[in-house]
Amino acid sequence: MKKTLFDKVWDSHVVSSVKHGPDILYIDKHLIHEVTSPQAFNVLEEKGIPLFRPNQVVATADHNVPTENQHLPIQDALSRKQVSQLTKNCEAHGVNLFGLGHPYQGIVHVIGPELGVTQPGMTMVCGDSHTSTHGAFGTIAFGIGTSQVAQVFASQCVLVDKPKSMRVVVSGKLHPAVEPKDVVLYVIAKLGTDAGTGYFVEFAGNVFEEMSMEGRMTVCNMSIEMGARGGMIAPDQTTFDYVSKREFAPKGEALEAKIAHWKSLPTDDGAAFDAEHHFDAADIRPMITYGTNPGMGIKIADKIPSSDDASFVKSLEYMGLEADTYLLDMPISHVFIGSCTNSRIEDFRAAAAHIKGKQKSPDVAALIVPGSQQVAKQIVAEGLDQIFESAGFKLRQPGCSACLAMNDDKIPAGAYCVSTSNRNFEGRQGQGARTLLASPVTAAAAAVAGKIVDVSQV
Amino acid sequence: MEKFTLLKSNMVPLTVENVDTDQIIPARFLKATDRKGFGENLFRDWRFTPDGQIKEDFALNQSQYKGAILVAGNNFGCGSSREHAAWALADYGFKVVISSFFADIFKGNALNNGILPIQVSLENLQRIFAAIDQDPSVEAIVDIENQKLLIDAAGIAVTFEINDYKKMCLINGYDDIDYLISQKEAIEAFEQKRA
Repeated sequence: MKKTLFDKVWDSHVVSSVKHGPDILYIDKHLIHEVTSPQAFNVLEEKGIPLFRPNQVVATADHNVPTENQHLPIQDALSRKQVSQLTKNCEAHGVNLFGLGHPYQGIVHVIGPELGVTQPGMTMVCGDSHTSTHGAFGTIAFGIGTSQVAQVFASQCVLVDKPKSMRVVVSGKLHPAVEPKDVVLYVIAKLGTDAGTGYFVEFAGNVFEEMSMEGRMTVCNMSIEMGARGGMIAPDQTTFDYVSKREFAPKGEALEAKIAHWKSLPTDDGAAFDAEHHFDAADIRPMITYGTNPGMGIKIADKIPSSDDASFVKSLEYMGLEADTYLLDMPISHVFIGSCTNSRIEDFRAAAAHIKGKQKSPDVAALIVPGSQQVAKQIVAEGLDQIFESAGFKLRQPGCSACLAMNDDKIPAGAYCVSTSNRNFEGRQGQGARTLLASPVTAAAAAVAGKIVDVSQV
Repeated sequence: MEKFTLLKSNMVPLTVENVDTDQIIPARFLKATDRKGFGENLFRDWRFTPDGQIKEDFALNQSQYKGAILVAGNNFGCGSSREHAAWALADYGFKVVISSFFADIFKGNALNNGILPIQVSLENLQRIFAAIDQDPSVEAIVDIENQKLLIDAAGIAVTFEINDYKKMCLINGYDDIDYLISQKEAIEAFEQKRA
């Protein structure tokens, strides 16, 4: 029988199926962080059971770490407690922790791939919906709730119904100003935020084949924003080249054997999907969102659409925007370049290339937050820090930062922030904050101009 | 988990669509290391102004609406995987959420906390909203054993979907974790086979 990439990886991880119920899915790698794990560790203690496979768990502190003075104790008492609880739990249960101060610390979805923890054909989970990021490697990776974190602690498995399969094909030639973030914002704007619910998505077509691993991660990261539990891209030479250099990846003959297996994973010709969507790459332009869900996106040069729908009206009211008007040239006061969507070295190279030799607008506060300590180090090694700092951008230390405003990096009420993160929900970047999602280049350009610009027109 | 078989309750209407888990429980309230007390901050920024004043126009603040059933607009629970959203709903007192569509992760989290998500057609959802609008004291009966949702006032008597395994868990108050622990031999055998 012809199988999809998703079927191949899923089926090879099913321990058994509950009659008229879910599959018991075996999990190869379990990533954890400080926010969604403490209650799961409590479950182990309440039940008096051990962590079943501690060496398949990798931990880091990212969601509420400060992005300044990371060598000092965390000032916020609750954040400090949560981060120290993670350290205690990892010590007690023998979990490898890349905590604050560790050279591998960073956003969980940046460090997994960068360290080679993430490998093709694996199943991975994390108590975080953007676990979908790791699907860029041909991995089944999805977010879970804390009860399920406890289940994986106890059994290295989750009970989950097998999702349906969807293929999103983008083929043709991209406009040179279009970035991976624009591609995924375009797809979500076309399909809507619930189109993927109940599905696992495979992104296929030459556009994804030609993308770097960083770009593929940006795309798969946002699968959840169209409702899909996860997104996947078939592993190929680009994937193998990326993985083989990584610290925790297999080496030598073991790597050769793995690569031979990974080559068998792509979807068989003629395999069937439950749903399929095709898009022409040439139609995509730099994108931006105007509303309070990631599906409310437009080409930057286009008008905000209009609708009588009550939820749509409520959304524009929150954003302080009007239907049938242009976002182009609208002044903004904040820019955030970071998050698990766009905080890898390629994102900062792209932003720096635009910023080089320019100054940020005096009316804009611009924050650059690397996804990991390794990315931060690379930024310095390539001299990008000089470009950012001399242009007036603030370069911070790694963490989730203003993507969800759990630390001090918040956008003030009413302020417009062009952000490279993944969610423009009400209050996501701070109470009353107004988020406009875009690519790193569009964000950098907005910081320089002090307003929304269309980089395809510059 | 508590056993859950039958519920008769009024309903609280939340007509807005695409309610994401950041609205259900904003990220700044996720710093706890236990599961207690999240109900206090359920829909925090829709219930209260930044200076803590009650927003009178929000359904949860309107005394005519009460009960253990939340009726919500399409695509409820999208966004973040935070189970704190389910904890907040449960802690506030909700046992059932009715919507025309639920996000995947939220649905799983709800069931793992004894909250039943009931999916109805868009048409039936509108009828329920209309019935509550006409008379906030209208009651719904949720019968898990027979998978029935009955709302006489809205002319609704529908069968809802829930897989047999999850139904058994709710009725008996079983947790997935206990089931998985009971499967340890099979899991170890699976590991051996792959090695």
